[in-house]
Amino acid sequence: MSAATFPHRVCPATGRVIASAAEPLIKVNAVVAVVSLLIGAVAALLLVLTRWQAVHLLPAEWYYRILGVHGMNMLIFFIIYFEMAVLWFAGTILLNSRPANPKLGWFSFALMIIGTGLVQWAQWAGKADVLFTSYPPLKAHPLFYLGIILFAVGALTVTGLFFASLVIAKREKTYEGSVPLVVYGAVTAAIIAVITLLHGAIIYIPTFLWSVGLIKSVDPQVYRLIWWGLGHSSQQINVAAMVAVWYMLSALTIGGVVLNEKVSRSAFVLYVLFISMASAHHLLVDPGFGPAWKIVNTSYFMYMAVLASMIHGFTVPAGMELGMRLRGFTDGLFGWLRRAPWGDPGFSALVFSVVVFGFVGGITGVTIGTEQINIIAHNTMRIPGHFHATVVSGTAMAFMGATYYLLPLVFQRKVAFWGLAKAQPYLFAIGMLLLSMGMTFAGSFGVPRRHWDISFSQALFDVQFNPAVDITLAVMGIGGILAVIGALSFIAIAVKSVFFGEKITTWETGKPILGIPQGLTNPPVHAPNVDEINDALHADSRGIAGATPGTLVLVGVFLLAFVVYYFTNWKLLSFLWKVG
Amino acid sequence: MLTKVHSGLDPAPGVWWKPAHKAEKVWVAIAFAWCMVLFAMMPLWHWKGGQNPSGIRRRVDPQAFYARTVEFATQYKVGEDRGIPIVAPPAGADVYLTGMTYQWYPILQLQAGAKYRLHMSSLDLNHGFSLYPLNVNFQVMPGYDYALEVTPTASGDFRIICNEFCGIGHHTMVGRVIVVDGTGKTLADNATAVIRDREAK
Ligand code: HEM
Ligand SMILES: [Cu+2]
Ligand SMILES: [Cu+2]
Repeated sequence: MSAATFPHRVCPATGRVIASAAEPLIKVNAVVAVVSLLIGAVAALLLVLTRWQAVHLLPAEWYYRILGVHGMNMLIFFIIYFEMAVLWFAGTILLNSRPANPKLGWFSFALMIIGTGLVQWAQWAGKADVLFTSYPPLKAHPLFYLGIILFAVGALTVTGLFFASLVIAKREKTYEGSVPLVVYGAVTAAIIAVITLLHGAIIYIPTFLWSVGLIKSVDPQVYRLIWWGLGHSSQQINVAAMVAVWYMLSALTIGGVVLNEKVSRSAFVLYVLFISMASAHHLLVDPGFGPAWKIVNTSYFMYMAVLASMIHGFTVPAGMELGMRLRGFTDGLFGWLRRAPWGDPGFSALVFSVVVFGFVGGITGVTIGTEQINIIAHNTMRIPGHFHATVVSGTAMAFMGATYYLLPLVFQRKVAFWGLAKAQPYLFAIGMLLLSMGMTFAGSFGVPRRHWDISFSQALFDVQFNPAVDITLAVMGIGGILAVIGALSFIAIAVKSVFFGEKITTWETGKPILGIPQGLTNPPVHAPNVDEINDALHADSRGIAGATPGTLVLVGVFLLAFVVYYFTNWKLLSFLWKVG
Repeated sequence: MLTKVHSGLDPAPGVWWKPAHKAEKVWVAIAFAWCMVLFAMMPLWHWKGGQNPSGIRRRVDPQAFYARTVEFATQYKVGEDRGIPIVAPPAGADVYLTGMTYQWYPILQLQAGAKYRLHMSSLDLNHGFSLYPLNVNFQVMPGYDYALEVTPTASGDFRIICNEFCGIGHHTMVGRVIVVDGTGKTLADNATAVIRDREAK
């Protein structure tokens, strides 16, 4: 296997070729991601304790400032640095190949770090109290915009290097056939990243010029249109990267398989085709666009990207179910789930990521992204309620699960605080679930997002929210505290493992080791006659239930919840004033 | 190693476009049908439903829009609350509302069941129109006139909460809309009570 001609080592568990030039790039990006997560999580605690009106911790000025810090560090820095690590990983290790031009890789990393530094300075120094969306005519210090531009240029270059790595692997024939599905997903994410970052360039460059006085004004509606071409489309990077990580964790933890390459790959293609339309989700009650434009765009041209997610929402659990059945866990509808390794944080994180993303994030997202229903959701707490269930409970949770495998695989360290690590996904997922639900219900009563004081003590007119709002905010607060504890636990585990963890370069298969997920010490193997069993499970006589009856039941429940939530919202809408 | 059964980490066999199994086909078909329902609901609601964010939308100079609002307020002024005029336009009138840091100008007094054309814009930054307690939300943007046909359905004393971040005083930006019913009673009981309370203070 290791006929590789470049400096490398061979992974003891998976037999993969790990290029020496790729490893440090993966590591630095992962480390900076965790540092950003730390800043974001501390900010999160302060925010939760301020929005929980009964506590109301921060003064107004600092609430808005920290809100900007949280948005930037979480959504931009934590997520994107981690994605850079994923790209280096998928473009090299998953293909047994080497990175293209590591020098340029380091240069791009440096650009991103400088950009990050400028943004942090501007925000903490109070030079950019414009939140992370910075809608003009609100204006920040020029270095804030410049920092974002540098960061984006760096990220764009890394994306380019990822494509170059693919070419190298293809040319040097480091793999047979087509790239693995996980890499295919990463390619999807990278293509979307290019589209997204170009939007970023189109909007941040003029905004920067405006901030230094070279351009007279930036049209607020055009800004919102193009900025969300960056802001929302980039969420599809997160979705594609997350789905790729789902397939990866499913394979590593329980031997999940790909049911059908054609179906899964087509679904990824749908993401690419329709994604740049998503900007419209944020403009549904804006004055700049007419109904036809809004309908076509908000639905990604007839919900084709939603279709893609619903397909992955089936194929991922079905692949897990089939993988387990092929390993002999065949009892009943859900024996495969019951007997899965729930103590493996890679596995529990995967399951929570799939479930919360689908049931909470997905359903609320499609519903509030409906042209008319957005009237009862725009800029209320329903919005953060939705995206903490997607990018946080979905993407961030999946990334955390992946980290438990990357620590031994790439960093060659045991996972520290193993007992805590086993509990961490549960803490984070339950906390996030409560936070999301609390926010969503508060928003349904009209509680605004990005708002310091819903007791309106300094306002001209009094406003008294329904007392139920206090309860929803308390649920949000308690959930938020749990989630922050979950996030801080993750950070403690990651930092301890990376910097002070027990070094482990090789281990014997079949013997459980504390601190190494079971999927690595006992790699899930299918029965020797796996193709036979597979054919039997797919026999026509099994009818529509096919090889994965359990999953079919699960997606049925999902669809039911979706239909009920969706039409309930239309009903609520119909009680309002007539508007048109 | 290219087995038929493989994971997402393995390279896919050269020919990977195998036909999907029945269960997958059924799910994809159901999901597709549901997506079509999701899509159809929006045009359908424009046709049959009562709440749509359509409106008449045009560009406008912020100063000119504000001037028009002041003119409108002077024309139909019936009173004042905290220095802000209360304005009662006749049914069917064009109504103007300007958002500015950190105030909604003027206070509107509308009749339940009557239709108005409500023009909204901003003098300075983005603001958010959020009608409390109904939870009706629109983006209010400088340079754009968003004119929506509105018909209040019941009387009451409403608030407009700003729900787009507009600076350090964002959370103090609250406006007022009064809806009176057509039967001579100026306000619903609960709303009158609120006003009585306030006057007593
Ligand atoms: C660790 C647990 C977390 C908690 C408790 C938390 C809590 C919160 C709270 C309370 C807000 C303020 C909502 C408002 O007042 O409008 C907020 C906003 C936000 N959060 Fe989180 N969050 C967490 C993690 C994350 C992560 C991991 C991400 C991204 C990957 C994220 C992305 C955002 C964004 C983008 C905003 C909106 C900022 C804005 O409106 O400008 N959060 N979060
Ligand atoms: Cu405002
Ligand atoms: Cu505001």
